[in-house]
Amino acid sequence: MALLEIQGVTRRFGDFTAVDDVSLSIEAGEFFTLLGPSGCGKTTLLRMIAGFDLPDGGRILLRGEDLASQPPEARPVRTVFQSYALFPHMTVEGNIAFPLRMAKASQDEIRSKVAGALDDVRLGGFGRRFPHELSGGQKQRVAIARALVTQPTVLLLDEPLAALDAKLREDMQIELIDMQKQAGITFVYVTHDQTEALALSHRIAVMNKGKVEQMDEPSRIYGFPKTRFVADFIGHCNLFSGPVTANNEGIVAVDVPGLGSVSVRADTDVRPGAPGTIALRPEKIRIESAGTATTGNRCRGKVAELLYMGDVTVYKVATADGSRVEALLANSQSGRAKFFEVGDDVEMGWAVDAGHFIAE
Amino acid sequence: MTSSRTAGSRGKWLVSGPPLLYLIIFFAIPTLIMLAASFRTPGEFGGLAPLVDETGKLDVNLESYARFFTEPVYFEVFLKSVVYALVTTFCCLLLAYPLATLIARSAQRYRDLLLLLVILPFWSNFLIRVYAWMIILGPNAALAKGVNGVLGLVGIAPVPLLFSSFAVLVCLVYVHLPFMVLPLYANLEKHDQALLDAAQDLGANAWQRFWRITFPLSLPGVYAGAALVFIPALGIFAIPDILGGPNDTLIGNLIKQQFLETRDWPFGSVLSIVLTLAALALAGIAAWVAKRHADAGGTIDA
Repeated sequence: MALLEIQGVTRRFGDFTAVDDVSLSIEAGEFFTLLGPSGCGKTTLLRMIAGFDLPDGGRILLRGEDLASQPPEARPVRTVFQSYALFPHMTVEGNIAFPLRMAKASQDEIRSKVAGALDDVRLGGFGRRFPHELSGGQKQRVAIARALVTQPTVLLLDEPLAALDAKLREDMQIELIDMQKQAGITFVYVTHDQTEALALSHRIAVMNKGKVEQMDEPSRIYGFPKTRFVADFIGHCNLFSGPVTANNEGIVAVDVPGLGSVSVRADTDVRPGAPGTIALRPEKIRIESAGTATTGNRCRGKVAELLYMGDVTVYKVATADGSRVEALLANSQSGRAKFFEVGDDVEMGWAVDAGHFIAE
Repeated sequence: MTSSRTAGSRGKWLVSGPPLLYLIIFFAIPTLIMLAASFRTPGEFGGLAPLVDETGKLDVNLESYARFFTEPVYFEVFLKSVVYALVTTFCCLLLAYPLATLIARSAQRYRDLLLLLVILPFWSNFLIRVYAWMIILGPNAALAKGVNGVLGLVGIAPVPLLFSSFAVLVCLVYVHLPFMVLPLYANLEKHDQALLDAAQDLGANAWQRFWRITFPLSLPGVYAGAALVFIPALGIFAIPDILGGPNDTLIGNLIKQQFLETRDWPFGSVLSIVLTLAALALAGIAAWVAKRHADAGGTIDA
């Protein structure tokens, strides 16, 4: 049995359905992420798990027990808020001691647990400081220490890194992974940042308009997006749409305007005539000088734009009908300083199983 | 650069000069005059006796101070005033806190209306509002009849509501309530709901959330309101004059008497100075307590 079961949960605000019949099951010890754009319902779902909001339909079960009757203060669930929500009139110690005090812990227990929690987040010696005397990353760590000190069953994190700058965010990601591993507590993490989700999670549920579009491991979410939305939202993706012209034992041919017939492996059963979309990641495309022989899918074009990013270069190639294909080339190959310039005729190629077929 | 600095400093004086001048003329100088008067001898027909008497001796003494500290009746009046002011402040706090909370949590479109209602009494004259209480508390008003009717049922003799300490305190609270509501509202309105959510998430029930989070964070508002109520309540004279009984003479009445009736300016000055110093001392103690409280900051040994 899963630790946390969300069964057909729905939440409406007036005419707007924020969470629409969502079902998830989260295992003990898992780092689970709810990923989606703002307004997709991920935060509403998190607030319902915490108890700040109640579902209009469906149930939330923790270890098989319905949480509906328990107010937030009674749930063995803690939240790390986006704004950290540290109590400004209490020191770091006072903040971390707060949940222990609420649980009526003894003075000795409070002292030893607060000291332990401070060490866990590498803030020993900061106990007597006030929140306004801390940096963003330190506040973040206090918020996590405060939430973890009573060893909750589930830790909910609401965009906890959104307020940090990029470099610090990366450090904190690594720390979060370590902390989760060490504490062995189930993390439910809400974010709109897809790279963060991919880096941190054991599993990701991609949400859109109140529904879960796909739930899977990061590599499968990235590599095998089930819907156009997921393909588009996670990373960069070329989406080629058109009618299916043939299905030859799992190899589907799609007639794409501007590219011609494109073959792709499909794991769903699809018949000729049905519309379909091929999701193709830019880094899966080989880009060569025009006329170079390639195998698999081929397509000619002209470099319309390029973005030199340092480690990689992104090429936007215009095809015969003017539509753009995005291809990415690592700058790691030796021997050449630069590959192509704007205006160069190029030939793109990719293997049949480089792309991913999405039925519509 | 020099010229711009000069211009800047001239601008500063232009802005701060007039109010500063106003305070010097109408506050600092009168206070000094009062301080000087407190060491003088009262004139035979009121006012002050000449600074230099007929024998050519400088007539400066501590007699008025001695009078205040040796005759217990004055200290008792003074103590009574402090008690009245403290009770008023406390009652205002008890009434204002829920009201300010209600206003701070109400929808934005009702807030301005509610605040307007709080300050609406200021639109009519202070004395008229005090006289209105004479009618409300009068022996023929419904309130007195109702109260005495109930007392009669349990066999207690009727009590007059008007011209009593009760009337004075009710009116003191009524008059000062807005001064407590407004700073409290200004404070509570800024509170971050996320902090209460966090406290609840960390296991705090409604009472604990109030006592551990909302109330400590509202203390600056509480202190501001308490000062705005306590200090004027300490010096008030009109309310005990109009609504009080014979035992409701407060320090304010005493000062008024000294200047307007007895015409003993030196003793009136002494009473005013003691009143000012007491108000300052109490405000200082309050500030010190507040600071100590803030420094402790809920550390685990606190």
